[in-house]
Amino acid sequence: MSTKALQELGQAILDRSGGRAQRFEVAVEELTVHTTVDHVVELLRLLRDDVSFRFNQLTDLCGVDYPERPLRFDVVYQLISYTKNVRLRVKVQTDEETPVPSVTPVHPCADWFERETFDMYGVFFSGHPDLRRILTDYGFHGHPLRKDFPMTGYVEVRWDEELKRVVYEPVKLVQEYRAFDFLSPWEGAQYVLPGDEKAGG
Amino acid sequence: MASETPAVADSAAGNVVSADGEETRLRKFNINFGPQHPAAHGVLRLVLELDGEVVERVDPHIGLLHRGTEKLMEARTYLQNTPYFDRLDYVAPMNQEHAFVLAIEKLAGIEVPYRGKVIRVLFDEIGRILSHLLNVTTQAMDVGALTPPLWGFEEREKLMIFYERASGARLHANYYRPGGVHQDLTPELIADMRRWCAEFPRKLDDIDNLITPNRIFKQRNVDIGVVTQEEAYAWGFTGVMLRGSGIAWDLRKAQPYEIYADLDFDIPLGKNGDCYDRYLVRMEEMRQSVKIMNQCLDLLDKHKGPVLLENSKYTPPRRGEMKRSMEALIHHFKLYTEGFHVPAGEVYTAVEAPKGEFGVYLVGDGTNKPYRCKIRAPGYSHLQALDWMARGHMLADVSAVLGSLDIVFGEVDR
Repeated sequence: MSTKALQELGQAILDRSGGRAQRFEVAVEELTVHTTVDHVVELLRLLRDDVSFRFNQLTDLCGVDYPERPLRFDVVYQLISYTKNVRLRVKVQTDEETPVPSVTPVHPCADWFERETFDMYGVFFSGHPDLRRILTDYGFHGHPLRKDFPMTGYVEVRWDEELKRVVYEPVKLVQEYRAFDFLSPWEGAQYVLPGDEKAGG
Repeated sequence: MASETPAVADSAAGNVVSADGEETRLRKFNINFGPQHPAAHGVLRLVLELDGEVVERVDPHIGLLHRGTEKLMEARTYLQNTPYFDRLDYVAPMNQEHAFVLAIEKLAGIEVPYRGKVIRVLFDEIGRILSHLLNVTTQAMDVGALTPPLWGFEEREKLMIFYERASGARLHANYYRPGGVHQDLTPELIADMRRWCAEFPRKLDDIDNLITPNRIFKQRNVDIGVVTQEEAYAWGFTGVMLRGSGIAWDLRKAQPYEIYADLDFDIPLGKNGDCYDRYLVRMEEMRQSVKIMNQCLDLLDKHKGPVLLENSKYTPPRRGEMKRSMEALIHHFKLYTEGFHVPAGEVYTAVEAPKGEFGVYLVGDGTNKPYRCKIRAPGYSHLQALDWMARGHMLADVSAVLGSLDIVFGEVDR
């Protein structure tokens, strides 16, 4: 679909939603509609049932973490309309405490996707039938896809020959994971270059 | 004596009252299926609640193969991330890479040379045959047949040698690049592929004759795991799971990428939405894939030229150029250490992988690493449907349903 057609579709959604959709944007030929946690279920229901939209399948649901924002998490819903052959992205923002209403009554397949988002980010989904961890280990602590969770994790496992069982131990790295800074100091870097702090004095 | 009058089930208490009034307590069984079980197709643990032999509830425990791919990707450059996609659905590795490179290309606005597109489509279809061959034959194995996998794996072996000759690796190819594919194919490889395409339909007919009319295979698959169209939409089904229920939808036709719009192929559809129909759809898709491969091989003969974008910040310079040009050498070094920077933005791209819609939701922040990359694996939404699909079926049907879902744990657990 062309950018213009997506603009029109976005405007139509905004008009029909009765204030549930806040705003929309079109970038790289993809339409994103922003809404709030209070309205997301009704908006998805409207998008599914309204004859002019018919977004009848939830393709994907995931979280994105922006730790510098007050509402640090985005919950992103990818929808597809099989009759109109269009994709749509719906986004809501939330933080660690505010639960997002579960969309399982509208799209039952959201069940595992919401469990995964809870597992990975610690986003709560109110009204979810069975909000357990899904991908991580039994008894896992923390939410691994948060930006403040280290890539190496906190514990590692090994088989203990004496205890005859798997034991959990703090991660021991032979070598620190090397994270190089590739941000150009001339564009975008948000820190004082070594030596520059003396420039004023 | 009790056999003359049938036992009456007291549904409220869940107990059986026999003819002489004696009450027998019924026990429901919870059994643990897997994580190590040949029919679990990898590491799947199912907690099954059984009433006799009838399944009442299925609780799949997944994540035993969880490697944290999405987390790892956030700490690596785009080029270093392509190999992770081979390890998702390791039965058809290149199809996954395709979704990722498409996402980068869409975000960065890269146009792929025509020959590169043809090679990608060619290997997508090889991946489809690889995956379907494994699935239909192991589905037969799940319901008791041993010969089909042996025959199927023989053909898979030949295809994996094509993978090896193109990319150097049988499984984890790392062959697709943003801007094309890593290397051109040799004329010998193209000739061998053509020969294989001529021979394969006969082999496929053999497998077809072995499984399709088989009485036991039909008894175990017909009317098992029926999915209606509404259910298929609601549960996020894609690919064969949709088409098996008669929904004419294929991303290669509906939202064509690369050169699929110019190719001539058909989309097979099922009628009943049961395991047997999904099997038949996969068999026909393999024939269509051979048809596509033949067209691609013809196109490769006609269109010579680069397979990877040239003179671009996203692709390495030619080896010969690096011997003479200082800039080319610097470019090569920067590309493989720092990697290229992808503009900030968000894209969702999807390809029709053998198992369904494989999507990549990529959030770029303008640096050389993805800020967030969500992998939408088709098997994930298919597996969560196992609960209601298997309910009311017998215990033995669980493995038949599981086989027809086409699950690979690399992509479900990520």
